[in-house]
Amino acid sequence: MTTDLKLYQIGTFAAGNRLLDPDERSVQADPGRANAITSGHRACQGCGEALGARFVLDAAIRAAGGDIVTANATGCLEVFSTPYPESAWQLAWVHSLFGNVAAVASGIAAALKAQGREHVRVVAQAGDGGTVDIGLGCLSGMFERNDDVLFVCYDNQGYMNTGVQRSGATPPAARTATTKPVGAEPGNVFGQGKDLPRIAMAHEIPYVATATVADLRDLERKVEKAMSMHGARYLHVLVPCPLGWASASQDTIRLARLATQSGLFPVFEAEHGVVTATTPIRQRVPVEDYLVLQGRFSHLFGEHGRPDVVARIQAGADHNIARYALAPDPEVVPHD
Amino acid sequence: MTEPELPFAITLGPGTSRADLTGSWRTERATYVTRQAPCGNACPAGEAVRDWLYDAEEGDAGYERAWRRIVEVNPFPAVMGRVCYHPCETSCNRGQLDESVGINSVERFLGDRALELGWPLPPVAAPSGRRVLVVGAGPAGLSAAYHLARLGHAVTVKEAEDRPGGMMRWGIPRYRLPRPVLDAEVQRILDLGVRLELGVRVDDLAATLAAEHFDAALVAIGAQIGKRAYIPAGSAAHVMDAVTVLHGLEAGERPLLGRRVAVYGGGNTAIDTARTARRLGAADALVVYRRTRDRMPAHESEVREAEEEGVRFRWLSTIGDVEEGAITVEQMELDDTGFPRPTGHTEVLAADSVVLALGQDSDLSLLAGLDQVDLRSGVVHTSPALMTGQPGVFAAGDVTTGERSVTVAIGHGRTAARHLDDWLSGLAPAPEPPAELAAFDMLNTWYYEDAPRSHRPRLELVRRQSTFEEVVEGLDADNALYEARRCMSCGTCFSCDNCVAVCPDNAVVSLGMPGSYAIDLDYCKGCGICVAECPCGAIEMVPEQI
Repeated sequence: MTTDLKLYQIGTFAAGNRLLDPDERSVQADPGRANAITSGHRACQGCGEALGARFVLDAAIRAAGGDIVTANATGCLEVFSTPYPESAWQLAWVHSLFGNVAAVASGIAAALKAQGREHVRVVAQAGDGGTVDIGLGCLSGMFERNDDVLFVCYDNQGYMNTGVQRSGATPPAARTATTKPVGAEPGNVFGQGKDLPRIAMAHEIPYVATATVADLRDLERKVEKAMSMHGARYLHVLVPCPLGWASASQDTIRLARLATQSGLFPVFEAEHGVVTATTPIRQRVPVEDYLVLQGRFSHLFGEHGRPDVVARIQAGADHNIARYALAPDPEVVPHD
Repeated sequence: MTEPELPFAITLGPGTSRADLTGSWRTERATYVTRQAPCGNACPAGEAVRDWLYDAEEGDAGYERAWRRIVEVNPFPAVMGRVCYHPCETSCNRGQLDESVGINSVERFLGDRALELGWPLPPVAAPSGRRVLVVGAGPAGLSAAYHLARLGHAVTVKEAEDRPGGMMRWGIPRYRLPRPVLDAEVQRILDLGVRLELGVRVDDLAATLAAEHFDAALVAIGAQIGKRAYIPAGSAAHVMDAVTVLHGLEAGERPLLGRRVAVYGGGNTAIDTARTARRLGAADALVVYRRTRDRMPAHESEVREAEEEGVRFRWLSTIGDVEEGAITVEQMELDDTGFPRPTGHTEVLAADSVVLALGQDSDLSLLAGLDQVDLRSGVVHTSPALMTGQPGVFAAGDVTTGERSVTVAIGHGRTAARHLDDWLSGLAPAPEPPAELAAFDMLNTWYYEDAPRSHRPRLELVRRQSTFEEVVEGLDADNALYEARRCMSCGTCFSCDNCVAVCPDNAVVSLGMPGSYAIDLDYCKGCGICVAECPCGAIEMVPEQI
């Protein structure tokens, strides 16, 4: 007999939980998970993208019953997973150009439809460069036509495998190879760049969601939900990059968590252009806690630090918190 | 096997990335460890607190496993769940997160459940043919008797009083420890075949050992003689000592304390006496202590409960003179070293009686015939193995040096029993390797659910001022399970599967059994994410040998 208790020690914060039934645990805690990207891939130590792609695809494979095809834009994910003649992929996988993965995926979906095999689901994958910059035209077309594709952007905020250049998703003040930390406004400029989840929402497609590698259960739930729908769906996953962010390899998940808890990366869902759910901040932190762990922001701290720039970044986080109502409800107090 | 024909200009066949052993990049490897949890480290009785909480977290059948783990070291869970000052909770890492886990209340729940369902203690080993004498049936003596009996020795306990329990019976008032609980846990030990002789005072240990052919002995006679301080007192003054008052009450007497009672001292016995005085009808129970509240040896929860019951405190004061109906107290101040010194300011207070609670001494006359036993300062000095200077004679509990509490005594009893067994077998005691402590900063507390502590209900105040009913009530099953699950399992794996999930290289393999994982070193790149995201600090990075 089990009693209906409020507390399960770690609840659903960790991947598994011996106190929960196996079907209440995450896909990643399942010993029979697909391992869409298997061992031996050449991602850096502590790669957030390798982790994020496995989280997403394992959940998608389970949701699709294994009937799945993925198209992959050029970028880190493609480079580290398929050095000729090896492949780490354990599902049907096709490599596209840097900028046309949305079009390739649309074509696969159209071909499957023509063959009457619409039970085979299509997932397109790209990094932030392939999504917000080079691939934006094809992606916008895919959204506009409402093609039956789940497009996943693994956002590591720069062109990492080519040597850490700035992308349209690089945050303000970050150091990259093309945004040097020099001058009055060091690093990447403020006020540029693209907020792709909101661009996707403007297309009023059936489903748009953001997630991070720090909240596995939330990410898996969103993949499952996206896979239960048809039409164009967009999932934006924050995947910290130890190389490009100049952070310690063991801090990958911690950084993703701090990005959400500082308000810099809002986690939400939207359907047909309307926000339907947000993940409230659980332990709010100042943006410093997040920035100080990353070498790409090191010019903002120390003897010649720039507290004024940090304050502008904090203002951006506060704006997100207000826009998506991420702050915990002050009316809600823990029971005693 | 023939190679498949490759397309034009292609020289290599397709293969899996598993051919690429990326573990060779590694400079550090992840390794599973078990660290010592602070709760178990702090337990004077030596309980593996975290490990029994782990069993209790499952509920139902887990409760008996948890209880069995406790009684591996401590045969008194129901007593301990009431009277222990729980240093485990003081050191609990969860205290740095919200509030420490209510370990003591879960232990009481398990102890009470065992008594309710009649769970028997584990069976004893085959007879060793050795006879051991235990002098004193208090917590140290009974704990030692339990462990010695389990090891197969024939144990005789000689107790001077007419009932067993020692200070658990004669020193701790019933409102903290109901006697049916004590009696039941003592009886369970006797049921193992321990022989208990009541009303038998051992006056000369050497003679008793020789006359009755014991192979070894444990002296656990406690400390029952109240210390006296010289206080000028008139002939009609009513001065008593706390041990005598509490003992008399348990023996069925009703001590004549009067309406206004002053208790002199700052330990738990002083608090017990003042709370007892309130229950016996004293309108005013005043504790006089020469230092400040924070320097009081009494435990904070006791002081708080006493205050709730109307006991008053006078800090930084000494009693200088006692007359009929009045005492003179002198104001003290602390010097730079924190030692109290007199100020010369005095005040006369009304008091019908004064009870001295200034500590206790032991009657060590039974050891007079054993010249090699070191009795300096009125306590028995022992080796770390708790053996006295006399080979084969051990000592444990309040009679020895060190902190005096039921929990310490129970732990002492077990330690003495283990070493006594080693001595009987001619073995050299093997030192236990020290384990690294699981400190708070080794945990990743993000993963634990927000869960404020559930507190045990207390008896209504009115009934606490007039009756000896138990003050602190137990937790129900739901709350006990909730409380157990607040445990963070510091320093040992509790099968959350996080390491399996967070490895970017699929290099953490679940072996199937709960809590059994392995690192696949062919592919572990040594990133350390599993270490950072392990909630309980059960993985560490170890440099590779180059």
